[in-house]
Amino acid sequence: MTDAVTVDCIGLSCPIPVVRLAGAIAAVEVGGVVELLADDPGARVDVPVWCRLKDQELLGQHDRQGGGWVFRVRRAR
Amino acid sequence: MTEMPETYLDAASSTPLHPRARTALLAAVDEFGDPSRLYGRARRARLLLDRSRERLAAAVGASPEEVVLTSGGTEAANLAVTGVARAAGRRRHLVVAAVEHNAVLAPARALAATGFEVTEVGVDRTGRVDPAALAAAVRDDTLLVCLQHANHEVGTVQPVREAAAAAHDRGALLLVDACQTVGRLPVDVADLGADLLAASGHKCYGPPGTGFLVARRHVRLRPVLLGDERERRRRAGMENLPGVAAMAAAVAARAAEAPAEGQRLAGLGERLRAGLAAIPDVVLHGHPSERLPNLVAFSVLYVEGEALLLLLDAEGLAVHSGSSCTADTQEPSHVLAAMGAITHGSVRVSFLRDATDADVDRLLEVLPAAVADLREMADLDGRALERASAPTDREGSGP
Repeated sequence: MTDAVTVDCIGLSCPIPVVRLAGAIAAVEVGGVVELLADDPGARVDVPVWCRLKDQELLGQHDRQGGGWVFRVRRAR
Repeated sequence: MTEMPETYLDAASSTPLHPRARTALLAAVDEFGDPSRLYGRARRARLLLDRSRERLAAAVGASPEEVVLTSGGTEAANLAVTGVARAAGRRRHLVVAAVEHNAVLAPARALAATGFEVTEVGVDRTGRVDPAALAAAVRDDTLLVCLQHANHEVGTVQPVREAAAAAHDRGALLLVDACQTVGRLPVDVADLGADLLAASGHKCYGPPGTGFLVARRHVRLRPVLLGDERERRRRAGMENLPGVAAMAAAVAARAAEAPAEGQRLAGLGERLRAGLAAIPDVVLHGHPSERLPNLVAFSVLYVEGEALLLLLDAEGLAVHSGSSCTADTQEPSHVLAAMGAITHGSVRVSFLRDATDADVDRLLEVLPAAVADLREMADLDGRALERASAPTDREGSGP
């Protein structure tokens, strides 16, 4: 598994998690992976939708220990 | 300091009094007589109440005794859901669309805690319920199906007639929340197949504190408000006579006027959508054709809805946001979430009946700069922190 860039947005409300995800994806090479930590309820909806809108690949999403979610997104283009 | 002229673009929340409603309100404002008493003043009040009820009934194709006057659309929806459940026999199952207004969802969920079962039916990305999915959710023990006429956040018009057929096939009732459509689209209870229909006064150019529920003759309904036998024992409490007279005047006037306005308002909506297309990363919500003519909903990516609203307000523009970051709730909009739509940065623009090109122009004059300002702030902030938090060995993690 390749190393992922971790973006920690715990405690930050929407749209900041999506803004930082977008920034991190733009900063990695195509194929690179960003791991986003977020606990704003809006992120659970908006991160997968953003990936769909932007044709980025949501590799997975799981509950984070201590609250919130971990999203793994691969830059697809 | 002179006050900035207001561009009011939130008709879906509330509307100003229609001139005919104002006239009716003022004419009735001194009618304090209790319509349930027997002297002359009371009989005058009763006559006005009856006449108002007849006007409301006629506007939606119901008969007067089917109209229950309430304090608003919320009470009408609560009375429908809770009142039907209180009168229920063996049927203990409800079907609700996931995008219903909370005035329907909340009483349905409250029933779920008292032994009723509630099935929520999802929507597609346009916010529309799939009639087949809804029909599949209706069972032999289904008491009530709840489907709004048009959605309050994105304006999508729902397949109500198909829902009526699905409900009636299994002997269930259909509640139609028509708070967004009475006064805007043709509403006829028989045509829609509604057994119950909820409507709001202040969203239809009537006064706040008024609304009504149509409960067709065959519907068994127990009251929620108890205390007397008014409204044919369906809703206790002294009638808001001036309000009811004004609401009836507004609803009657709007039923006559609205059909001629739809095309013009839809044209304003088209102009706004075309203008929004010039702003990067704006996503339109709702159905491309099955929608309210006066409502445009969209999300501005990377922008907080409430912050955008405040900037627009500073320029005299009144719009609404279903943003997740509103003061009263931390939850994202259940409507946008159910649609699989971006919930942050959401904006709802809804035109009044007399909206003009100038309203659209004003919004399109202010919005792009407001969006650019907020994005610049978010981007600087986000990028700076992202650089600071990025692992130092990132170069080694390339493709």
